[in-house]
Amino acid sequence: MSGEAGRAILIEGIEKAFGKTRILKGVCLNLREGEFLSLVGPSGCGKTTLLRIIAGLESADAGSVRIGGKDVTRLRAADRDIAMVFQNYALYPHLSVAQNLAVPLVMRRLSSLERVPLLRHLVPGHAQRRSAINAQVQQAAEMLRLGHLLHRRPAELSGGQRQRVALGRALVRQPSAFLMDEPLSNLDAELRAGTRREIVELHRRAGVTTIYVTHDQVEAMTMSDRVAVMMEGELLQLGTPREVYENPADLRVAGFLGSPRINTLPVCSAPDGIRLGALHLPLQAEVAPGAELTLGLRPEALHLAAEGLAVQIEHLEFLGAEVLLHARLAAPDARLTARLPIAVAAQLQRGDAVHLRADWSAALLFGADGARIASSASELCLNA
Amino acid sequence: MRDTAALAGPAPATRASRAIGEAAAAWVLCAPAGLALFALLLCPTAALLVLSFSDWELGAPELAWIGLGNYVELTTDPVFRIALRNTLIYVGVVMPASIGLGLGVALLVEGGSRLRATFRAIYFLPVVSLLVAMATAWQYLLHPTIGPVNRVLALLGISPINWLGSSDWVMVSLCMIGVWENLGFVVVLFMAGLTAIPRELYAAAELDGARSAMDRFRLVTWPLLGPTTLFVVTITAIRCLRVFDTVQALTRGGPNNASQVLLYAMYQEGFSYFRIGYSAAITVVFLAIVLLLMLVQTRILDRRVHYS
Amino acid sequence: MRPGEERSLLHDLPRLALLGLGACFILLPYVWMFAASLKPGSEIFRDSLTLWPERFYAIENYGKALSEVPMLRFLFNGALVCALILVFQMLFAVPAAYALAKLRWRGREFLFGLIMLGLLIPYHVPALPLYVVFARAGLLDSFAALVLPFTISVFGIFLFRQAFKSLPDELIHAARMDGMSELSIVWRVIMPNAWPAATAFATFSIVAHWNDLFWPLIVVQSHAMATPALGVLFFRAEEAGNDVGALMAAAVMVTAPMIILFLLAQRRFIQGIATAGLKG
Repeated sequence: MSGEAGRAILIEGIEKAFGKTRILKGVCLNLREGEFLSLVGPSGCGKTTLLRIIAGLESADAGSVRIGGKDVTRLRAADRDIAMVFQNYALYPHLSVAQNLAVPLVMRRLSSLERVPLLRHLVPGHAQRRSAINAQVQQAAEMLRLGHLLHRRPAELSGGQRQRVALGRALVRQPSAFLMDEPLSNLDAELRAGTRREIVELHRRAGVTTIYVTHDQVEAMTMSDRVAVMMEGELLQLGTPREVYENPADLRVAGFLGSPRINTLPVCSAPDGIRLGALHLPLQAEVAPGAELTLGLRPEALHLAAEGLAVQIEHLEFLGAEVLLHARLAAPDARLTARLPIAVAAQLQRGDAVHLRADWSAALLFGADGARIASSASELCLNA
Repeated sequence: MRDTAALAGPAPATRASRAIGEAAAAWVLCAPAGLALFALLLCPTAALLVLSFSDWELGAPELAWIGLGNYVELTTDPVFRIALRNTLIYVGVVMPASIGLGLGVALLVEGGSRLRATFRAIYFLPVVSLLVAMATAWQYLLHPTIGPVNRVLALLGISPINWLGSSDWVMVSLCMIGVWENLGFVVVLFMAGLTAIPRELYAAAELDGARSAMDRFRLVTWPLLGPTTLFVVTITAIRCLRVFDTVQALTRGGPNNASQVLLYAMYQEGFSYFRIGYSAAITVVFLAIVLLLMLVQTRILDRRVHYS
Repeated sequence: MRPGEERSLLHDLPRLALLGLGACFILLPYVWMFAASLKPGSEIFRDSLTLWPERFYAIENYGKALSEVPMLRFLFNGALVCALILVFQMLFAVPAAYALAKLRWRGREFLFGLIMLGLLIPYHVPALPLYVVFARAGLLDSFAALVLPFTISVFGIFLFRQAFKSLPDELIHAARMDGMSELSIVWRVIMPNAWPAATAFATFSIVAHWNDLFWPLIVVQSHAMATPALGVLFFRAEEAGNDVGALMAAAVMVTAPMIILFLLAQRRFIQGIATAGLKG
């Protein structure tokens, strides 16, 4: 499916409410041509609604959708030149794989008279159009390794095969954009990893602009050029996977991405710097003294050391190459999780008192409203 | 026994006695239903088959086996032939009409959310109503002189029609009441079938370029309703075959046998004239048609409309 | 047809108009039946299409329907027959359905085959031989004759078997561990968990037998045993049957109980009769 590349998508100020509940609160999003963008967020954040609005299956209360520079806000789904892969595939159960793949072409290229059995032979040029469609179906099927399944019905296929047919139906007519709504959520874990790679590979070959909705951060992080994190109807951050992970703009983004979850500690700013309880932290930030802040530390930013934060081990999780250490900080009372190499953690036991040293250059500071506050690690490493 | 089994684990002896116990319990639990099934359904049906080969009349001192005599008589009996023809006409008219209209109504009801429950309840009303009583109401509505239907026709300048009293109109009237009676049943079954169609298929069809409602109906609704439609066709056909209450209440087969139907002919022969053997033969024909319909459904059509 | 989108009232009007037209056809006999039951004969016979009576004649019409024939007796008979039939159907069908769904025993497939065979036979078929037997046994014109043929519901067995099959085996194993007998498992463990199937079956059975005409017509001769369906015919046969107002009043009275029940429990009724469509 080379040749025709995807188009840029520009989404501006999308609002949507169901009754009194505001689902989308002015979402703006821009996709470059051929980009793979993941829309990620917890369930109920409005990501699927946004996707359906882009597809034209739902109408927005306000805002606009532009595809390839053309305003499609008022166009219906059939006229937007968009293909979509649905969560449960939405294959036509009464049609064979070949027929399923052909539907988007048949509906677009053949007149309604041509779609009537028997009558179709009366329409001039039908045979040529039909064989062109068959050739394209064949091509898409080969690409997705469905060639040997063309005569089966969806019920006779495995989950992974159905998934590929759904992808094929989207691919076959070379749309200007792909929308995917949690396409992997019905597959088992092993198949999911393989299909992830397959979708990325297809995207690379077809070069079609793709919006991929998922609640699974692993999918979002591993597949996309850029990730858009949505929560409660708002777009919180848009950036490369690395940016949103390492440099989250909001405490909610930091909390959503990363497993195990980021450690958060209540800190406050004092005239001489940032304090965690009585501890003076080697962090500098431009905040008014006395402000209540939240400190975020990724589990991999904590290391076992001779001195630092004094904690007591509550629980150890063995993960093979690594150990997750769950510990309690005495003052202020808080729980911390650290990701440690197995070699370091081999001797540890529940109840042990140990010290954790933080990698302050990776520490994240958030204001009371959750917004990120720029900070830097100071040269001095007092107490920690 | 159960306690020892629990303590000793699945020892072969207890497992065997356990199985015997389960089988014994099953027989005891099934005994009342099984006996009733034989006594009230299977044996009488077998007896009916046997009786259809006899000339027995209730109260007659003896009976003779006449082989296929009753069936031969059926082929020449004008009343039976009218009854069979009328029954097939009734099925042939009421079934397609109820299904066509019922599908339309179901699509319309499901097509929006306004008044959905109200319409569903209204259309379903005849299904729960006492048919004899409603037939009486229809009789009043269709009464040649005082009936509101003819009065409305009179306002339009149409001369009164003897709906139930003329042999030209009586089957038309019965078929109309039949559609009225069966429509709600069909609507409810189709509505259940429609709600079972995944919403996403319509979304997919829309994205695949199915622009018009007709395109979406052809691509999604009609094929996915296939199993429902087949079921509805069979059920409605059998319901129509059993037409009896309206005939008994409104026409008693008349005028001049113009509204004879299978079950009414069977009722008259058996319970008015007490010609048990002959009536049994009519019943066998009725049963054969029912079984034929079921056979067609399960053997031929089922495979075409089920996609799994 | 387009899902998910709520149409404006204006766009919905054609739909509402078409459905309303159909609804008028459905409601036609109800409306005229009820209207006529409130009118004196003179108004009914007069050339008029007005629905509401000029002279309110309901008391006379309904009074006549109640006094000329024992209408209340018919209604009571109907209720009693329906209740007896339902009780026996459940008593017979539920244990058998349990044994067919959850116990392993030789003969299970055979019995289930017979049940399926029974499903194919309309109840009009065994009527003739049963009538002969009942006549010989002197049982005609009795509650026994009205109830007995329907004590076995193959459809009930089928429906309950399907419902019981979906219940987890653990439920039964746990009950056996507690020392319950199979019969008490059926009624104390299985039935309370198969409530939807039970109500669906109950509505189906009650509607079917309240409205049945064929069998009561065959076995009942006296007013004392008549069910509502027969009651209407008996009333018509009386002299008062020529009084349209009173006849409509009688029709209203025998139709009303099921309609009121239906309006109270619409969902259950529709579900019951739709799932019961198999034999209904």
